[in-house]
Amino acid sequence: MFKPPEFKQLIAETQNTSSSDVERALTAARPTIHDLAALISTAGEAYLPQMARRSTEITLARFGRTTQLYAPIYLSNYCTNRCVYCGFSADNLIKRKCLTIDEAEKEAMILHNRGFQHILLVSGEAESAVDVEYMEAIALRLRDKFAAISIEIQPMSEEHYHRLFLAGITAVAVYQETYDRKMYKEVHLSGKKSDFDYRLETPARGAKAGMREVGIGPLLGLSDWRAEGLAIGYHLDWLRKEFWQTAFTVSFPRMRPAAGEFEPLHIVSEKNLSQLIFALRIFDQDVGLLVSTREEARYRDGMLGLGPTRYSAGSCTAPGGYGSNNTDGEQFSVGDHRSLEEVSTMIRNKGFDPVCKDWDKEFQVKSL
Amino acid sequence: MLRIAGTEFSSRLFLGTGKFSSSDVMAKAIEASDCQMVTVALRRVDLTNPEDDIMSTLAKREYTFLPNTSGARDAKEAIRLAHLARAASGTSWLKLEVTPDPRTLLPDPVETLKATETLVKDGFIVLPYMNADPILALKLQDVGAAAVMPLGSPIGTNQGVLTDSMIEIIIDQAKVPVVVDAGIGAPSHAAYAMEMGADAVLVNTAISVAGDPVAMARAFAQAVEAGRTAYVAGMGQRNKQASASSPEKGNLSADLGFLE
Repeated sequence: MFKPPEFKQLIAETQNTSSSDVERALTAARPTIHDLAALISTAGEAYLPQMARRSTEITLARFGRTTQLYAPIYLSNYCTNRCVYCGFSADNLIKRKCLTIDEAEKEAMILHNRGFQHILLVSGEAESAVDVEYMEAIALRLRDKFAAISIEIQPMSEEHYHRLFLAGITAVAVYQETYDRKMYKEVHLSGKKSDFDYRLETPARGAKAGMREVGIGPLLGLSDWRAEGLAIGYHLDWLRKEFWQTAFTVSFPRMRPAAGEFEPLHIVSEKNLSQLIFALRIFDQDVGLLVSTREEARYRDGMLGLGPTRYSAGSCTAPGGYGSNNTDGEQFSVGDHRSLEEVSTMIRNKGFDPVCKDWDKEFQVKSL
Repeated sequence: MLRIAGTEFSSRLFLGTGKFSSSDVMAKAIEASDCQMVTVALRRVDLTNPEDDIMSTLAKREYTFLPNTSGARDAKEAIRLAHLARAASGTSWLKLEVTPDPRTLLPDPVETLKATETLVKDGFIVLPYMNADPILALKLQDVGAAAVMPLGSPIGTNQGVLTDSMIEIIIDQAKVPVVVDAGIGAPSHAAYAMEMGADAVLVNTAISVAGDPVAMARAFAQAVEAGRTAYVAGMGQRNKQASASSPEKGNLSADLGFLE
């Protein structure tokens, strides 16, 4: 199983680097985890423009002038976990809702009609509302209408992931939130999510179950972001070695205002976030890097082509929000409010192709 | 230290035993190389005969003895030879070679994968000789190969590591040790493979047909060690453009004016 180094050691690794380490990392043909540490470090900050340049070159070479687009569908905001930073936390007095299969299909068809082919099904973590049968039923209902369907729900067993894979789910995203074990305990007060190790082993279970793509990521704002970034590098490296047939993505959610009034414990600036994205791109040329609508339009426009490869667009983070135009019970408020059409126009204006379809339902066996 | 199937090796140079002018020269060359792993073609020795020239020479020192199936044309033949070798020698170590084309002696990927899977199940420690194909390396690893042995160039050609871009990928991806085998014709080739991050190299012809095989064995030992040390030390990148040893900052940058 994947055993990340102690968080203290990760912090130390990002501190014991010099500008010559950064310069070497910038030109390394096959960057190592130590190069990643240098690029993420304080010493790396002074090289942000050079890192951006290198990251841009690599991204262009590996992904071309394209950006993939997707949208999330929030199925349910019921949650049995108490996590101090999350709008869905069981303690929060928000309007709870779990879509029926028909309602979920309606929401999906709204996105379909807007032109989306890749969707991400998201829910709070409450098995009484969202379990494997429920997800399976939705996947079977939607599989012929979309090119790819990802999920970001509670961690599941390998067996359940495999069932969902057979039902048409292509990818699993599960974010560790923080690789700082001590902080993890402090912010995950109760519920299944408070088990650090079970969550840490989830990406491997998804990959083992046959998922085409697995997404990992830290929630930026909980602990030292440089160490989180390095932990992601270690995790990615391990996953790649163990599951060479799986594609991997990394997301970088920065904490946004949410119900519960939780303030980020560590401020992560746009410069910090960019340094992290550039560093990971240089470290891993092929990993998919996601930037969601948590970030503002100005930032997303500026970062286009510099490292990220996939954007969400026109997102609403409340269950049923696309049909009702109501954001009550949302997980967080978004920073980029533009529609798919507006984001696509921006991407085209910058000389890039907004890609809505980059997979096909026919890849997956229909065996249920 | 290099570790294969639980056994540790302080030397990262493996030697082949073919083409030497005498077993005496072979023994001296092996001695001079400090190597700890020696491969022997089953077709060349009589494992049941303690008086066998090569075997009795090798028995005088402690080597990990790595029988190879050189000459096998398909999985069936290789598997049969492997079992005979284990019964006669008592070792489960095996360098699997399946080479249906006697001219080029290039390894057959399909039969090699089949044989590896079977032999691993039969309890062998299998080190398959293979073309420098990264996907094949991963598949061999998946069925239980203890190491993979991609070729640098066709065996016996002394052309060096012509497959370097593929070997680089194999090294980056593999969980098991990567031993570059075949085609290494000069100490500089061995050093190059080691600088790339190969875990070990196997050399035969370049030593056995050298003017002075014993001196050449020593040269290879030094090259392998130098290459390994350089790899661990972290090598600088090769650049097409000149760059100052004390570069000024600010060149080659991107516009980040949009950042908050």
